[in-house]
Amino acid sequence: MIKEDEKQTMPRRSMRDYLSSQAKQIKPSGIRRFFDLVSGRKDIITLGVGEPDFVTPWHVRDACVAALEAGKTQYTSNAGMPELREAIATYLYERFAVAYEPSNEILVTVGGSEAIDLALRALISPGDEILIPEPCYISYSPIATLGGGIPVGIETFAEDNFKLRADALQAAITPASKVLILCYPSNPTGGIMTYEDWLPVAKVVEENDLIVISDEIYAELTYGANHVSFASLPGMKDRTILVSGFSKAFAMTGWRMGYACGHPELIGAMLKIHQYTVMCAPIMGQIAALEALTNGLEEKDRMVESYNQRRRLVVKGFREIGLSCHEPEGAFYAFPSIRSTGLSSEEFARQLLEEAKVAAVPGNVFGLGGEGHLRCSYATSVPQLTEAIERIGAFVHRLKTAGA
Amino acid sequence: MSELKLKILELLKEDARRGADLIATMLGEEEEEVKRAIAEMEKDHVIVKYATVVNWSKVNDEKVTALIEVQITPERGRGFEGIAERIYLYPEVKSVYLMSGAYDLLVEVEGKTLKEVASFVSNKLSPIDSVLSTKTFFILKNISRTASSSKNAKAINVC
Repeated sequence: MIKEDEKQTMPRRSMRDYLSSQAKQIKPSGIRRFFDLVSGRKDIITLGVGEPDFVTPWHVRDACVAALEAGKTQYTSNAGMPELREAIATYLYERFAVAYEPSNEILVTVGGSEAIDLALRALISPGDEILIPEPCYISYSPIATLGGGIPVGIETFAEDNFKLRADALQAAITPASKVLILCYPSNPTGGIMTYEDWLPVAKVVEENDLIVISDEIYAELTYGANHVSFASLPGMKDRTILVSGFSKAFAMTGWRMGYACGHPELIGAMLKIHQYTVMCAPIMGQIAALEALTNGLEEKDRMVESYNQRRRLVVKGFREIGLSCHEPEGAFYAFPSIRSTGLSSEEFARQLLEEAKVAAVPGNVFGLGGEGHLRCSYATSVPQLTEAIERIGAFVHRLKTAGA
Repeated sequence: MSELKLKILELLKEDARRGADLIATMLGEEEEEVKRAIAEMEKDHVIVKYATVVNWSKVNDEKVTALIEVQITPERGRGFEGIAERIYLYPEVKSVYLMSGAYDLLVEVEGKTLKEVASFVSNKLSPIDSVLSTKTFFILKNISRTASSSKNAKAINVC
């Protein structure tokens, strides 16, 4: 029996009632939900989580170890170590022809994720509409919602190689439109945008006075043309917050090192929030990131070549087993269509996991245009990929013959 | 050497059983082109053979491997190579390297037991006229071969 005085101290509402309406509104990650089921099971091949299968190159790890031994364990400047910001500026200029001033236009963050969060927090007032081409990475819309923004999806299609079309963007614009979030090379589709693809989009951005958050975390992972940064387009630099990081190109996911670049006023506002929430990115990660930029570009090229080899392998594999698959020209995902099987992507992924022991992410979790597709990360070993394709092939064959 | 051949060698080094079709797919080349390049490299002895990496510690029939540093007197006209090639003829010898530094040859020898390897050194290698001295090191464990996951293997190899 509960005594009267104990009753007094217990919460008088259900826990859920304490949550903010925004926190209640957002859903847990559709990717993680799937993968928590399979972690630790050896019989399952996972093409699920978007993480390089390389360990961070040794010279990068070694630089961090040496820094620890030398006692570098303090806060850094809030915006990040000046040497690192210099190195980022040089790197962005040499690789993508965008010039940023290290002292006030670059902010080092805890992963690209923090940069996106900061950018959205700095830009959104309640009621602002946030334009998001989909299918896309799953974090934009929940973060926009948290800030009181209204996410507005813009569907992109396999026929267009999932490129954003200017007319589709124009059609989604209302007087409340404020921010456009771009993610090319695209997670989950592998789609990219060339200079010619960008120009009409940039025109719409300019005509409608939009501000752009360009998530270019996969910029290094393109397999034909070099990546074209949205900020490098004529007139777009000041309208763009460029977000990138070290996770994908330098195999540094666990270090959580990212950055944002943009107009000093925007970066200044983001820096304020960053100061209050995380102070600065961890110094060990910053030292490692500096080493990656200084001495790691060759190693990065080797990793990109290796992804490219596996990309060719999986795309051919999917096509041979009768799943149509557009050519993914960036990132490390293939996004084949599973529509010919007649199943929803959720159902396909679930049965594939149970019957064929292959884990991949159903396309519907990535928003509009994702239904009917399956996201498969090919950042895993060749024997695993070959085996996975065989299993998926047998599974699809069973589905199609059973249905016939 | 052409870039294609180098890329093929990289892929074969990881797994010698990869077929020309798989390699062609991974490199975005024609299968015929890859077959021709491999045939050429086999003919030119760029690819010497396709051997198997065995984890002997998992095989009951265990082996003993030793690395032997050998100092020799060079032969007139042929330098170190004549004697090096002669040493390589013994079936116990797996490889012979000509080295810079304090000794001349590094000889890798494999035997069933410690005794067998020791007897090779004292009865066959040392008595060769031009061999001045030997120093034998028995291998306790091959870390790079026994590390099971590729990540660990990589970590250890790089260290």
